[in-house]
Amino acid sequence: MSSENKEKQSERLSFWEKLYLPEIARGLGITFKQMFKPSFTRQYPEERWEPTGSYRGRPVLVMEESGERCVACGLCSRVCPALAIEVQAAETEKEKERYPIKFEINMIRCIYCAYCEEVCPEEAIVMSKDYDIIFTDPQEAVLGKEKLLVPIEKLQDRLEFLRQYK
Amino acid sequence: MNTANITWMLAETGIKAFVIVNIILVMASAEVWLERKVCAWIQKRNGPNRVGPFGLLQPFADVVKLFMKEDIIPAAASKNFHRLAPLLSLMMAVAVYAVIPYANYVDVMGHRVYLGIAPNLNIGLLYILAMTTLGVYGITLAGWSSNNKYSLLGGLRSSAQMISYELSMGMALIGVVLVSGTLCLNGVIDKQVGWFWHWNVFCQPIAFIIFTVASFAETNRAPFDLPEAEPELVGGFNTEYSGMKFGMFFLAEYANMATASCFIAILFFGGWQLPFPQEMLGLKDGSVQLALAQFSSFFIKMLLFIFFFIWVRWTVPRFRYDQLMSLGWKILLPLSILNALFTAIAIIVFKL
Repeated sequence: MSSENKEKQSERLSFWEKLYLPEIARGLGITFKQMFKPSFTRQYPEERWEPTGSYRGRPVLVMEESGERCVACGLCSRVCPALAIEVQAAETEKEKERYPIKFEINMIRCIYCAYCEEVCPEEAIVMSKDYDIIFTDPQEAVLGKEKLLVPIEKLQDRLEFLRQYK
Repeated sequence: MNTANITWMLAETGIKAFVIVNIILVMASAEVWLERKVCAWIQKRNGPNRVGPFGLLQPFADVVKLFMKEDIIPAAASKNFHRLAPLLSLMMAVAVYAVIPYANYVDVMGHRVYLGIAPNLNIGLLYILAMTTLGVYGITLAGWSSNNKYSLLGGLRSSAQMISYELSMGMALIGVVLVSGTLCLNGVIDKQVGWFWHWNVFCQPIAFIIFTVASFAETNRAPFDLPEAEPELVGGFNTEYSGMKFGMFFLAEYANMATASCFIAILFFGGWQLPFPQEMLGLKDGSVQLALAQFSSFFIKMLLFIFFFIWVRWTVPRFRYDQLMSLGWKILLPLSILNALFTAIAIIVFKL
């Protein structure tokens, strides 16, 4: 540091600031005031946070009253950067229509990027609001169709968000 | 001295020592809890609140955890010194409590029982200074015996810091000793009898400030916690310690904080003296009620200072090493010498 800078710095401090103790007392006053302000803490397991529609939680498959929307085109599996999705298609009774006989998402691999949702032509795979995803075993983390299918009523916020902003 | 007297003395000292050591250990865990709570309040959080009511059992859960952990001694460490260091730290921290008076005396079955193990020791002040200085051996040895450069740096910092601040601490105390005319802690307290404006803090304000700042440095608390600066030294002198050995350093640190608080309360705030003349309570000297009142007066003062220590820790950022040294040698030491000088001159001139 040059001598010029030093002079400037000492000019900036007044006598009381150089004494240091009054400034510490001021700092102590500031922290003391904070002690009586309400805390920001959320008591998590009891008090849960409810995300809005824009939240990207666990990806799920949309289930309508007539059945699942997914037509097993495999685009989500193709686009997934983490290679987390595996789809196996099978024919339905109707001509030219298919359904996923096996649909698995490996939640250890999933990075919640929502590319699968973006690429899906049927709006069949969407991001839900689930955020506390816990496994005790790697095998458990591979979610099959029975865990992925969610009734459409529960996904209205996300579908609304997609209609507006996608 | 006959046998009955010796038996009585041994029993009295033994019981007092047992009770006081237990209180220190419980106090240390209470301080850990308070530290975390106050830190949380200042940062607008809640702090520990899951284990027991208000998280009060949290420190005990921590101790259980520390006991369960693996105790690692590094292969390249100097094993005996590595084992000795935390022991030394804790021993010195606890030994100080031998001379601290918690209240005046109680008359039990015709015996005069002083509350404190040896509160009338005529070199009590010197004893405390000696013991707190010995505490630095624990930290320095820990840093050196770990055979780790970061630990060594932490230990070196600690020794340099303690030696620098010990000087101004002692010089600041000279003012108090001159005013009191004794090194005995009960004697120092007796001089501050009466209304609270007789307390030493009002006739030795500069000594009080110097002593408080120096005791922050002596106990290695923020803003002088350089020996355990996490960002620079990984963790400081205790990097290579685990399990209960680490816990002992932790315990020693908090016991030291309580010691410093006791010491400030005794020397500058009248110790167990009530803030008003004790005759106003209308209680007899040596009665249990008066001793209780004195003890609570002492305890409240001590708690306030413990709170102050914690409060400062979560307010002020850590000093740089050169700033620490220049504060200690260029400001506090000359100031404390001048203070002692002026006190001496004032005592001669005004024939106090």
